Amino acid sequence: MAEVPVIEVADLWLKRNGEEILEAVNLRVFAGDVFAIIGPNGGGKTTLIKVILGLIPPDRGTVRILGGLPQEKRHLLGYVPQLRTFDFHYPISVRQMILSGLLGRKTGIIKKFTAADTVLADKALATMGIAHLADRPIRDLSGGEQQRAVIARALVGDPQVLLLDEPTVFVDAPTETQFYDILKNLARSMTIVMVTHDIGVIVSHVTKVACLNRRLFTHDSRELTEDMIQGAYQCPVDIIAHGHPHRVLREHAKEE
Amino acid sequence: MLSLLSYTFFQNAVLAGILASIACGIIGTFVVIRRMVAVSGGISHAAFGGIGLGYFLGIEPLLGALGFTVGAALTMGELEHRAEQHMDTLIGAIWATGMAIGILFIYITPGFAPDLFGYLFGNILLVPQSDLLLMLVLVAIIVLTVGVLFNDLVAVTFDEEYATVINLPVERLLLILLVLIALTVVMLIQVVGIILVIALLTLPAAISRECTGRVRTMMLYAVLLGIAFTTTGIFLSAFLNIPSGATIILVSAAAYAGVLVRKHGACR
Repeated sequence: MAEVPVIEVADLWLKRNGEEILEAVNLRVFAGDVFAIIGPNGGGKTTLIKVILGLIPPDRGTVRILGGLPQEKRHLLGYVPQLRTFDFHYPISVRQMILSGLLGRKTGIIKKFTAADTVLADKALATMGIAHLADRPIRDLSGGEQQRAVIARALVGDPQVLLLDEPTVFVDAPTETQFYDILKNLARSMTIVMVTHDIGVIVSHVTKVACLNRRLFTHDSRELTEDMIQGAYQCPVDIIAHGHPHRVLREHAKEE
Repeated sequence: MLSLLSYTFFQNAVLAGILASIACGIIGTFVVIRRMVAVSGGISHAAFGGIGLGYFLGIEPLLGALGFTVGAALTMGELEHRAEQHMDTLIGAIWATGMAIGILFIYITPGFAPDLFGYLFGNILLVPQSDLLLMLVLVAIIVLTVGVLFNDLVAVTFDEEYATVINLPVERLLLILLVLIALTVVMLIQVVGIILVIALLTLPAAISRECTGRVRTMMLYAVLLGIAFTTTGIFLSAFLNIPSGATIILVSAAAYAGVLVRKHGACR
């Protein structure tokens, strides 16, 4: 029996204001994948994430999450939205923010958080290395700490899949290294899908790579080939600016 | 000055101020953190249509206002999603339409509308006992609803998209919040009047926000500040024989300006 993908996007088309945003996108993410989708700004990455989550209806094509419709299953994913869409001035403590990630699983009219919920929230904070910030208002956190808090909120319900939109935009270089270490640990217990415009993130523990610029270029492997990049970016300058991705990947492969 | 408290009308005024402050501290907190000040302005001006209708039909104008504010809240909330209109545009339309309806009704109603000025600018010193009862019921509804839905309302006002992804009933919760704003506005009409409502709705919460990083604490401080401002305003207006609504707003605005001038220094 064939394995059911945790995320399956089939022949997806989306047009906005007369312009094609996504064209014939096919994507299959399987359990255990660490799937990176790279591509230039404006290439449709965030839009693809929103279509996967059922926030934007596609013109054509289907999306399945964990075998079901996005609206039925999306609360089972751990969604990490782009940091810049966030209102970090909202008066909420880090722990309360993490707890809100559990609301989707509660039933009944009054949704009170229990002591067990607090334990889960503190565990997620510990995983992200910010347990000591639990009682602080989110507005007092640094950019890197805020990013960790947003990921902790996604982790609190123990999701099977973590979906990250541009997770390193406001993170400095040392934090970024730590961040990928954390991600590596998480990858042992969950499937990870992330989109980014930064080719530099394609590090050793990514198992699959695709390039998105309206169309999705994928080889179902971690090899980031030159034709994928050129197909997506249509401009060799980016490759030069980021080093030669093909070779970078091969070197990482040997280290393992 | 304290001898004023022995008068029933004055006791009623202070009580009305306290009830209104409870509502506006709780709901004003959401208005400020979710940036719904303009929506609140639209809802409160739409109330004028209901006041006019009340005069025309010969019923209690505040009940007419209640119908119009709730109707305006639901209309704006629904149209934003269904008709894909900018909230900004809807606010402009509802704001002016409500006022226009009020003006027409008052024009075609025979006779003179005696306390029209009170509805526009508030007259807390003339709050009748029956209005106090209405205010008590509205406060009970507001406190109960927010108590039950607190975590959901925080999640939705904090991050609407995420709330959608975790399958909270986002549209319904935002509609409920708009209706709660409508109820609060009706209570505040009695205190400061349609035109000044948004100031009392936002200023206590705005000051309180400078002092705390938690929604619950922010609500508590906003309620206490609201009580302080309305009570001070009532005493001042009675003592100096000046309009109560305007006095309450100016007391609040002065406090807000003071906090801004001291730049966070006062609270932390």
